[in-house]
Amino acid sequence: MSTRLAKGGRLLDKGRALNFTFNGKRLRGHPGDTLASALLANDQMLVGRSFKYHRPRGIVASGAEEPNALVGLGEGARFEPNQRATTTELFDGLTCISQNHWPSLDYDIGAVNTAFARFLPAGFYYKTFIHPRPFWKHVYEPFIRQSAGLGKAPNPGDPDRYEHFYAFCDVLVIGGGVAGLQAALAAAEAGARVMLIEQTAHWGGRAPVDGGEVGGQPTEEWIEATVAKLRDMPNVTLRLRCMGAGVYDHGYALGYERVSDHAPEADAPRHRLWRIRAGQIVTATGAIERPLSFAGNDVPGVMLASAVRDYAVNYGVSAGDRTVVVTNNDDAYRTAITLKQLGLEVPVILDARASGGGALADEARALGIRVENGKAIAKVKGSKRVEGVAICAQAGEGAVLEELKCDAIAMSGGWSPVVHLWSHCGGKLIWDSAQAHFRPDPANPPRGAKGEGFVSAAGAANGASDLAGVLTDADAAGKAAAKAVGHKPKTTAAPKGSQSVEAPMQAVWLMPQGAGIRLRMKSWLDYQNDVKVSDVQLAAREGYESVEHAKRYTTLGMATDQGKLSNINGLAILSDALNQPIPQTGTTTFRPPYTPISLSAIAGSARGEIFQPIRKTPIHDWHEDNGAHFEPVGQWRRPYCFPKGEESHRDAVNREINQTRARLGLLDASTLGKIIVKGPDAGKFLDMLYTNMMSTLKPGKCRYGLMCNENGFLVDDGVVARIDEDTFLCHTTTGGAESIHGHMEDWLQCEWWDWKVYTANVTEQYAQIAVVGPKARETLAKLTTDDLSNEALPFMGWADITLAGMPVRVYRISFSGELSYEIAVAASLGRALWDALLEAGAEHGVTPYGTEGLHVMRAEKGFIMIGDETDGTVIPQDLNMQWAISKKKDDYLGKRAQERSHMTDPNRWKLVGLETLDGSVLPDGAYATAAGHNANGQRNTQGRVTSTYFSPTLGRGIAMGLVHDGPDRIGEVIEFPKVDGGVVKTKIVDPVFYDKDGEKQNV
Amino acid sequence: MSDAVTALNGARYEGFATIEDQGLTGMITLRGDLASKEVKAAVKSAIGLAVPAQRQALTGDGAAALWMSPDELLLMCPYDKVGDTIAALEQALKGQHFLAVNVSDARCFMRISGRGAREVLAKVCPVDLSPDAFTPGMFRRTRMAQVPAAFWLDEAGAFHLVCFRSVADYAFDLLKASARPGGEVGLYA
Amino acid sequence: MLILTCPCCGVTGEETEFHQGGEAHLKRFGPGSSDDDFHTYMFAKENPKGAHFERWRHNNGCGKWFIAARDTVTLEVYGTYPAQTHEPPQHIRDAITARRPGWTWREFA
Repeated sequence: MSTRLAKGGRLLDKGRALNFTFNGKRLRGHPGDTLASALLANDQMLVGRSFKYHRPRGIVASGAEEPNALVGLGEGARFEPNQRATTTELFDGLTCISQNHWPSLDYDIGAVNTAFARFLPAGFYYKTFIHPRPFWKHVYEPFIRQSAGLGKAPNPGDPDRYEHFYAFCDVLVIGGGVAGLQAALAAAEAGARVMLIEQTAHWGGRAPVDGGEVGGQPTEEWIEATVAKLRDMPNVTLRLRCMGAGVYDHGYALGYERVSDHAPEADAPRHRLWRIRAGQIVTATGAIERPLSFAGNDVPGVMLASAVRDYAVNYGVSAGDRTVVVTNNDDAYRTAITLKQLGLEVPVILDARASGGGALADEARALGIRVENGKAIAKVKGSKRVEGVAICAQAGEGAVLEELKCDAIAMSGGWSPVVHLWSHCGGKLIWDSAQAHFRPDPANPPRGAKGEGFVSAAGAANGASDLAGVLTDADAAGKAAAKAVGHKPKTTAAPKGSQSVEAPMQAVWLMPQGAGIRLRMKSWLDYQNDVKVSDVQLAAREGYESVEHAKRYTTLGMATDQGKLSNINGLAILSDALNQPIPQTGTTTFRPPYTPISLSAIAGSARGEIFQPIRKTPIHDWHEDNGAHFEPVGQWRRPYCFPKGEESHRDAVNREINQTRARLGLLDASTLGKIIVKGPDAGKFLDMLYTNMMSTLKPGKCRYGLMCNENGFLVDDGVVARIDEDTFLCHTTTGGAESIHGHMEDWLQCEWWDWKVYTANVTEQYAQIAVVGPKARETLAKLTTDDLSNEALPFMGWADITLAGMPVRVYRISFSGELSYEIAVAASLGRALWDALLEAGAEHGVTPYGTEGLHVMRAEKGFIMIGDETDGTVIPQDLNMQWAISKKKDDYLGKRAQERSHMTDPNRWKLVGLETLDGSVLPDGAYATAAGHNANGQRNTQGRVTSTYFSPTLGRGIAMGLVHDGPDRIGEVIEFPKVDGGVVKTKIVDPVFYDKDGEKQNV
Repeated sequence: MSDAVTALNGARYEGFATIEDQGLTGMITLRGDLASKEVKAAVKSAIGLAVPAQRQALTGDGAAALWMSPDELLLMCPYDKVGDTIAALEQALKGQHFLAVNVSDARCFMRISGRGAREVLAKVCPVDLSPDAFTPGMFRRTRMAQVPAAFWLDEAGAFHLVCFRSVADYAFDLLKASARPGGEVGLYA
Repeated sequence: MLILTCPCCGVTGEETEFHQGGEAHLKRFGPGSSDDDFHTYMFAKENPKGAHFERWRHNNGCGKWFIAARDTVTLEVYGTYPAQTHEPPQHIRDAITARRPGWTWREFA
């Protein structure tokens, strides 16, 4: 059994106890524990079930690479699935549950799958569930979905807060082990701005567990002193619990800081996403120990040798009383020695190397540990817990030489550098056959904005194998990084590290090397996804030769751990099966994040009220207070209508229109774009921008204009007012304000840069209120002494006046067909003017109306709306707006394009009005059918609806649309099919439905 | 004009930095040849300040001159003096090609002060706000979360931030969330 | 995410401050031009594997357009320069040549 030892536990505060629960069971741990170490201390080795076969799974590792110990953490809104127990810091009151089993962890019905394991090989699902076809949708998929999925998604919203932080540094060092500390120190001493981030809560990484000395000091003391030194340097930033999640283009890196996961009661953000821009990045991310592939290597109690050592030294936890060590390298001997020194039994060290180990082996023997060279594990005994091992010769096929009782196995297949961050942005790898691993190729680093290599790896992450090598390598990496960003590194030598000298490791990809199919079927590569040696071999036989294909076919290296333990072992098996060297097989692609990060951290503070910017007019509060039903228009919120009491939206719209046409309406038109264009060449510029002639407009007057892009298509429209000889004010659509201003600046800066024109977007300087209806003039007259008569201010004129004591500009323009004044006032006075107009108009039943009323009224008048009648493929000629296209101009944006053959094709659909015979409202976007079928067997079409409304003014449905030969077919009836199968018979009419002669607006 | 109100209407929030509405402020967009002696003289006569260097802010009594782009300044003056200031600019630049336009009401003008001010902004702007990199007098136009914004730092360590009026609530709420106690990063404070 | 230096205001900022605007140094063909010329101007854009001249606007900044010579393979930025020019400056061409000898681009190389 696993248990808490009397000795050891360098990270623990044994004086305090923390209570937590696992599957409802109340357990205790100490501050400093991870959830995994606390579970082991409570003899909870079994922590979950595997994905496919529901095999019992125990803790294997002690860090981010853990594939098995995934739990559902927390409760209710704070529940989170798939949290690694090995990286979860214990806190008082922690609750967690194990995953992927039913009804219970100990008795899982799904485990029956394991009995059928030989019927569920790689590609099983693809092969089996393909026939009969209809079964997939109705039988297989629902069933598989029911049993698939790792963990359950939390249901209610996330109650915690999250944020981003933009940080900048010369040198970002990722990983706070000995290598990271030394690299950071070397860079910082050169004067560089250094940021050092470490994913765990402790500095020093694995070094304190492995012992040794640095510069004559015990490693742990050196770490403490170095951290203190770094902390005192003003150019150094240190962050614990901050994982380097990804490395991206041009020195960009993401740091995932778990600010308060370990202290959930704190009033602090839960996670903070660091968006770091670094000149140079040093990845000091260490190495991960590889499992060995032997039969039964997935039985709970089989752990990485380094993890067994970590638990013993860091947390004072023994994985078992009798631990068999199996290895292909010297490092695992340290585990045996550590255990023995803590008074635990190590029945045997099985060293697969025929020649055995070096100094560490001698040390182990001296402690009385039995060491067997050239030996291997034939088979692990036990199912939910290791009970013993069968020993065989590594060189053979697995004939059992001896059986031993034990309750834990510490395995080591060698070490793989953590090359993920190096690889994220294109860093290449080389195969190191001596250490049997891929390590960064310094000749092919990720390249930055100036073509420079901007990532270097340091220490174990760079393939350095012992303490001395790690320190030398890291020191050089730190200095080189500082130098690359323009600092002068010190010439001091790296501190000397000393550790027992290790004998060479020997690659062992299968144990024993001649293992037959029965053993290979029980030799796990990927614990999380249940991929065995036999599965990868099958994939290779079936032609999945690319490592990326083999990964997807077998699921090797997928899911939450992304194959941190299984990748190298898997591709070694694949290479062997394909009879090619490992470098030729290559690795799968390393993609960020290094381990999963929370979606909330990515969202940061962008949730709730500040999920996205909501643009508000100066009158927004009034709308809100008066029950406006809002609709989004770009980022603006505009009132769609103002329903009163129980009134339906449609009734409200009708009331607003009727009242406006009969008496007086008010519209908040503040969102309309307003752009000042000024300069000696302003007229010439606007002549290029608009299809009409603007340079001839007289000061004091307004002109409606169309704007096209260079492609000829309509992009915007609006009224231009000439303010003075040099100055124009261009109104744009609500959505066009920023883009049209950008469009203007584009042409001014990039094409006609010698033209003397300045522009300014003054959209938000003004609140703009349309005062609309027969009573408009009468109402305004109450608020001003200025002359607003038709003579003084005729249609399409503007004037600066004083209204309700405020300086305003009045534009006599109309989008409704009524007598209408659009009044622009400083935004800060917008609400005051609105209130004054409401008061003055009260006697006429003044009625604020919304965007739907605006739309219906413009449609009744046959006015086009950008985005309804236009969709990016419509030219002014389609809308019969030749009147707005100057024939006197040699050029305007879009003119040349409109001369192209397709644009002048007489068969282009043209704008008409549409009147349903039964008075109903046509469906929006409906197509009119024509005789015959097209090449795809679809009905031919001859037109489509662009706008459609119920007109309260006419008491019937009205619409506009683009119809083939439309203007020549007035009076003809065409048919629009409806979604429900019927057709709407519709007469083609003139698009102006109301007051064709403009008698109402020109009064 | 007593009826005039800012979008934030005097809002204020005290977290680990203080966010506050700066109230009605006169703002003028001036476009022209910033290197010309006429523009220099015009700015001097209108608000008593020189033309700031690239990405710099110059401030005086109730006035500021902010470098917006190679041919654009944002000038600040008391709200009720905007008309006079524009008139002064127009007078001084008569015959020149320029544009001077009132944008006082198109903007929201906030102050972010206190020890945490740098961190509050660094959470939402992709700008190096460390004390070494961002020093008093610097003016920066950038992105603040999802909206454009511009700010400068004064000698007392407070940021003066301008964004569009329509997103004033968003900007204020965003900075408020940034400044909420418990969110101190401990980097610059 | 790229970083670019705006030659107009001097800011070195991340990509989110900028907006990409397609191929640079296009020669405009207006009314009177041949169908072929107009077609080429409007639609036939360069799309090299290598050095590319592209328009960028510092839209969350000084608002100015500028041109970036950028490598579409390595993402190296050979340089940025103001938009008021018909051809890339010599030092930019040299920088490209240093990495990609023999590169070509429409009528200039």
